[in-house]
Amino acid sequence: MIMSLANPTRFLSLVSAVVPWLTALVVILLGTGLYLAFFVSPPDYQQGETVRIMYVHVPAAWLAMGCYLVIAIAALGTLIWRHPLADVAAKAAAPIGATFTFVALVTGSLWGKPMWGTYWVWDARLTSMLVLFLLYLGLIALWQAIEEPGRAGRAAAILALVGAINIPIIKFSVNWWNTLHQPASVLRVDGPSIDPALLTPLFVMGAAFAALFMLLHLLAMRTEILRRRVRALQQTQVEHAVLVGA
Amino acid sequence: MSPALALLVRDVKLAWREGGAIGVALGFYLVVVAIMPFGLGPDLNLLAHIAPGMLWVALLLAALLSADRIFHNDYEDGTLDVLATGPQSLPMVAAIKSLAHWLTTGIPLALMAPVLGLLLNLPLDAMPLLVLTMLAGTPAVSFVAAIGASLTLGLRRSGLLLALLVLPLYVPVLIFGVSTASMAIVGPGSPWPPFLMLCAISLASIVLAPLAAAAALRTAMR
Repeated sequence: MIMSLANPTRFLSLVSAVVPWLTALVVILLGTGLYLAFFVSPPDYQQGETVRIMYVHVPAAWLAMGCYLVIAIAALGTLIWRHPLADVAAKAAAPIGATFTFVALVTGSLWGKPMWGTYWVWDARLTSMLVLFLLYLGLIALWQAIEEPGRAGRAAAILALVGAINIPIIKFSVNWWNTLHQPASVLRVDGPSIDPALLTPLFVMGAAFAALFMLLHLLAMRTEILRRRVRALQQTQVEHAVLVGA
Repeated sequence: MSPALALLVRDVKLAWREGGAIGVALGFYLVVVAIMPFGLGPDLNLLAHIAPGMLWVALLLAALLSADRIFHNDYEDGTLDVLATGPQSLPMVAAIKSLAHWLTTGIPLALMAPVLGLLLNLPLDAMPLLVLTMLAGTPAVSFVAAIGASLTLGLRRSGLLLALLVLPLYVPVLIFGVSTASMAIVGPGSPWPPFLMLCAISLASIVLAPLAAAAALRTAMR
């Protein structure tokens, strides 16, 4: 399956077939999720209405990390299997991941002002998200700095893997450094500590964000493939012009 | 002399005789620490409190300033291609060049820290431990900087890009380096657990970073 998609034309036709369905799925999930989050879910007894920020904040944070995982797996694909689309997948995922990280940071900060009394604290989770954001920026900057796409893809893949090894270490050291954020409350061994009335909208929003990521990712990959084709066409045209001129 | 040792001696000699390579890093270290009190005010108690952190941050910046030197000259004049086809594996070459960077940048910066600590009213009895943490932590700084240096080889504005890529990776080194010194000065608790973590990070960087740097060198040289 993955190997048969190494043919960009086959991949593009698959994208064209999937995009309308995926768009419909995103609209339905996001519509339902936002409706549940804003009108159905009750305000929290402590946090009041601000709890609704969570429905954007938490899925964005999940996707911010999931997106880096996608990049790391794609990096393996670039370096080990030389899969021609792996590099495209990683390059297309980086700005989306950076955006989700930014959304998580901004919504967290807006929630922090009424709850903690400050927009920013140097707490462990916030800080590791900020470091993740910086890693994304570094990846994007490296892609833009190297002109030759082949080298850019491999260099970014190496950096992505170095980052993937470092993220747990950074996470651990930052935890050791300072902890104020509430501990994980959804994925726990003894079950979630959130009330189901708040949990259902959260999961719908999580699914909506995941579908949104897939849609944006496929579209960005298609754009990147087309951009490379335009580049290749321009090069052949220039070469042709040079030959004719000579 | 074995090829590995010969390469190490050559790199150290080049850094030493190139003139300015070590001096500029030390001068940069001095000037960064010296301008901080102008921003923070001359309160000696405050300065003593934040001295370990300031010295560590300034050390990271000074080490990064000289990091693009690790491979740049050899890449420009073709020596790196000769080394890549030579008897040593490329990770070994990367490791030796990172080691040379540590010997010529990490150690001098660590040894200069107590002098700058005097400017910041760092307690005298904390200085041996501060130097020890810097000696233990700077191998990680040099070896990880080599990854950034190899990734940005031959690019425009490589120095700025190098800092953007590498500084986030220094967060653990900074955290454990500063906490060791702070624990020793103000407590609470023993300084040794963070110190051992710092040693672990350095050892892991020495083993893993040359592999990544060598892979990046191959992408730059093809």
